[in-house]
Amino acid sequence: MEAEKVVELKRVALKLRSNVLEMVGVGKAGHLGGSSSLAEITAVLYFHKMRLNPKDPKDPKRDRFLLSKGHAVLIQYAALVELGYFPREELKKVKTLEGILQGHPDLKTPGIEAVTGSLGQGLSIANGMALALRLEKNPARVYVIMGDGELSEGQLWEAAMASANFKVDNLVGIVDYNKIQATGPIKEVFDTGDIPSKWKSFGWHVIEIDGHDIPQIAKALDEAETVKGKPTVIIAHTVKGKGFSFAENSAAYHNAALTEELYKQAQEELRKQGELL
Amino acid sequence: MMIKLETKSLREAYGLCLVELGKRSKDVVVLEADLGKSTRTVLFKEAFPDRFFEMGIAEQNMASTAAGFALAGKIPFYNSFAVFASGRAFDQIRNSICIPKLKVRICGSSCGLSDFGDGKTHQSVEDVAILRAIPNMTILSPADAVETVMMMEAMLAVDGPVYIRINRNDLPIVTPENEPYRIGKIWELRKGKDVAVFATGYMVKKALEAAEVLSHEGIEVRVLNVSTIKPLDVKAVISHTKGVKGIVTVEEHSIIGGLGSAIAEALRKEAHPPIEFIGIQDKFGTSAKAYEELLEAYGLTSKAIADSVRSLVGR
Ligand SMILES: Cc1ncc(C[n+]2csc(CCOP(=O)(O)OP(=O)(O)O)c2C)c(N)n1
Repeated sequence: MEAEKVVELKRVALKLRSNVLEMVGVGKAGHLGGSSSLAEITAVLYFHKMRLNPKDPKDPKRDRFLLSKGHAVLIQYAALVELGYFPREELKKVKTLEGILQGHPDLKTPGIEAVTGSLGQGLSIANGMALALRLEKNPARVYVIMGDGELSEGQLWEAAMASANFKVDNLVGIVDYNKIQATGPIKEVFDTGDIPSKWKSFGWHVIEIDGHDIPQIAKALDEAETVKGKPTVIIAHTVKGKGFSFAENSAAYHNAALTEELYKQAQEELRKQGELL
Repeated sequence: MMIKLETKSLREAYGLCLVELGKRSKDVVVLEADLGKSTRTVLFKEAFPDRFFEMGIAEQNMASTAAGFALAGKIPFYNSFAVFASGRAFDQIRNSICIPKLKVRICGSSCGLSDFGDGKTHQSVEDVAILRAIPNMTILSPADAVETVMMMEAMLAVDGPVYIRINRNDLPIVTPENEPYRIGKIWELRKGKDVAVFATGYMVKKALEAAEVLSHEGIEVRVLNVSTIKPLDVKAVISHTKGVKGIVTVEEHSIIGGLGSAIAEALRKEAHPPIEFIGIQDKFGTSAKAYEELLEAYGLTSKAIADSVRSLVGR
């Protein structure tokens, strides 16, 4: 990937974080940690890799982006608004009776592909989509993002077996491996063990990357496209709360309210990161 | 009728209709959880192997995968025993399927006590109750093979999820073959002014038998087949109860949350006579060597219906 493109996507990731911050706002809860750990991955998918048609969100040829970890939907809204799927004013109305942006992914939002939020269901849904696309000989691809805490859901492993059983290769799984779940570190709360080995033994092609490194993300997505006859999962090592010093590597901002002071600090931190680009 | 019916088996009729629907629409796909010989999805598998997906013994995954198919424009039918198709996958039905109101069809096979030998783990006594509570869901409960065919024919057009409850055993035909059918229809299978009996599934036949006996005693029973439990035709329920001395509901399901509850809910704003619920009295099922013997043990008989009617008319 060209250096210029990398810088451009870094800018996009910053913009996405800034949109997330705007939606989290002051004094109301929002999933800052698990949204910001996905900023680079979301930026590369929506602004580089995926074939999209924002003018026709239901275009059958579009690639699909699903958040199995639906609580991180703010990062998806952040991208969709930049691409013009809905007007910017909606960001202010997130999680209100007046708006179209629900607390978890909902089909009433243009660009949202499935209802997720009850953890563990997204990979199954993605499999169904991928199998349907294959029946139609439709070349569209399905990208589904899972949380590392979410991997304790049994249904996800039923789905992982199904993807391998059906040799689903038009689907890419991405694990947001930020090592933290809702109430603390994975290792302490509920240790899900050797995650890459688990996926390998379930018959998946496994790629491990730094999930904040834009060229690595792009390369892994390209590699996934070349793998035939089996599903691919990208295990993306990430930092929960990335970009916000107070939230990094912490469960405290999994879903928390920001004070006025912290909000200003967060804005300032993003501004400084922008200057360094 | 969509197919020429030569069977009294609801599940065979279901399987044959799946094949017919598969011919009519290339969008029909079938998902199975290792019970295809029982549910009769094997028929679809033989006819359309590319559109048949054996999902293994993983009902939760099957339910959400069906949602994915529907989101991509397919009309998926997923299948298992009723107890697993509904209960094991409740959260998936609610979240993956019903919130987005997807065109997923769920076949709850071997429903109620109809899998008499396998006992409580395999008998569904609360599937209607739990699914009825989910917004957007349509719930169908055919009385026989003829009605199963009618429902399958009508089902493709329903916008949103549908659950169909299929009995495991061959059942006598009670549905008039040449009458028109639509989802939501309440069939008046016998006229009568004294007591209204609302029944569903196999219990419709039991109600007709009771009505026959009672008519010899001078008691005229109106027998209604409520095969669409949700959405319930509330107006029809109300009009069928006008002027009767009593109401009886009969279902092969718990009396909590099923047909009886739905009828009582429908009548809640009306002055109405007493309602008697015949069904499974807040109990699990159990193993038995024959279906009829089991139904008798749970009081799901024409005699129980007749007794109930007699007491409502004061005899
Ligand atoms: C079935 C279900 N159980 C519980 C929750 C509540 N919940 C939301 S997020 C979360 C933690 C998720 O952790 P992880 O997958 O690691 O996500 P991340 O840390 O990346 O945000 C929990 C328990 C839920 N949404 N769904």
